[in-house]
Amino acid sequence: MAGIDHAPPPFFKQGPAPLALLTFYIAVSLAIFVVDLRFKSLDLLRQSIALVVDPVQRVAQTPGSLVDYAASYLQGMRGLQHENNELKHAQLTTAPNLQRLAQLEAENERLRKLLSVKEREKANGQVTQILYTARDPFSRKIIVDKGQQAGIVAGQPAIDETGVVGQVTRVFPFSAEITLITDKDQVVPVQIVRSGQRSVVFGLGNGQLELRYMPANADIQIGDVLVTSGLDGIYLPGFPVARIVNIERDSAYSFARIFCVPIAGVENFGEVMVLDPRQPLPPAPPESAGRPGSSDKPGLGGKKKKTMAKGN
Amino acid sequence: MQPTFSSSRILQPVQPWFIFFSLAGAVVLNFLPTAHWPGVPDWVALVLCFWCIREFRRVGMGWAFVLGLLMDVADGAVLGQHCFAYVLLAYTSAALSRRILWFPLVQQALQVLPLLLATQVFQALMRLAVGADVPGWGYFIGPVVATLLWIPATFILLLPQYRPVEQDPNRPI
Repeated sequence: MAGIDHAPPPFFKQGPAPLALLTFYIAVSLAIFVVDLRFKSLDLLRQSIALVVDPVQRVAQTPGSLVDYAASYLQGMRGLQHENNELKHAQLTTAPNLQRLAQLEAENERLRKLLSVKEREKANGQVTQILYTARDPFSRKIIVDKGQQAGIVAGQPAIDETGVVGQVTRVFPFSAEITLITDKDQVVPVQIVRSGQRSVVFGLGNGQLELRYMPANADIQIGDVLVTSGLDGIYLPGFPVARIVNIERDSAYSFARIFCVPIAGVENFGEVMVLDPRQPLPPAPPESAGRPGSSDKPGLGGKKKKTMAKGN
Repeated sequence: MQPTFSSSRILQPVQPWFIFFSLAGAVVLNFLPTAHWPGVPDWVALVLCFWCIREFRRVGMGWAFVLGLLMDVADGAVLGQHCFAYVLLAYTSAALSRRILWFPLVQQALQVLPLLLATQVFQALMRLAVGADVPGWGYFIGPVVATLLWIPATFILLLPQYRPVEQDPNRPI
């Protein structure tokens, strides 16, 4: 190594010492790592870099999507006919429910008005195309093709045709990042359909979910369906989330270990629907001390706050 | 400016635009959908390591930091994760460059392996420390594949420097 070009190396003008530079850059890296993780205040920096990176990334993804397109184009008549028949069949099976849905909703609304209960929120949203899976091997996220330009904000839930997929966690000008419900420690407040019991389901990171903090003698069976409870102010109530596949009851622990699989095709899909954010909940009533059952209420509130913080 | 110290060939000086071009190419390679396959190397780390060893006065920790920031945003990772690992990689490569270049290519590759492995391990440690998901073993196969690619990478990235000094179109080969 004779140095750069064929000129002698600079003897007197060498800049800062490498060790000083290293210390500086390491300090900056660690600082932005902590700030990004704990305070989430670097979104503007991330968005401005994403503005440059995003087009390149989309172009780099084209070979893969072209192969997908060609594969689906060459899929053959038989497959399509089969799929078509299945879809027609499915449509016919759901037709009775769907046809009465409008009438039921109207009736429900009327009854609720009679009872002077708050009206049910309607689930509106926008369909988005999935661009690619985020490359980060430590988390489960996908990138969709609508962002700030389409009015998407962080915290909106995303569903597919069968159930909840995840939640928008970061928004860029032309794309948004959805964290899947199977991501580690992603939380969804749920309700068991059969018993009506409310709980919170956590992602495990391996494609499964876990229902934590349920007592070992809780009324839970394999095959139970969990739907969103709507207590969090983020997810509308009633969307299917997961189905229980395995229950480990060990007397050594006070809680049962309950494993679920997501109902939506969380790891394989082409389009998802991003639901509009819910109307803000009314402010919580002031806490009154000494009321029975008030000890567990702050706990629930804490969980709710955690979910909302995750969304922001 | 020789491929190794045992070689007697003197290379042309490197073109700055080629360094930029190769690093940009590595970034695009990283963006390809193949990045999810197990064992696909981190191209940016490989090319960055190469230039830090070859041209430590041109490519240094500043480049590593900027590339790290780009990769962080592109990955959807926590900002600073790639920056930290790449800056450390750039520093160690530059510090070891005089020693590594002394060896023939195969042994160079062996010396590069721990550097690239450390890049991945540091990233994994940073994320696991703050409670991320454990990546599969495929995550740690990448550096091994990158090490195997060290010899072809050296050949390709030094290709422009193998040009003859006098370009004579009528010269017999």
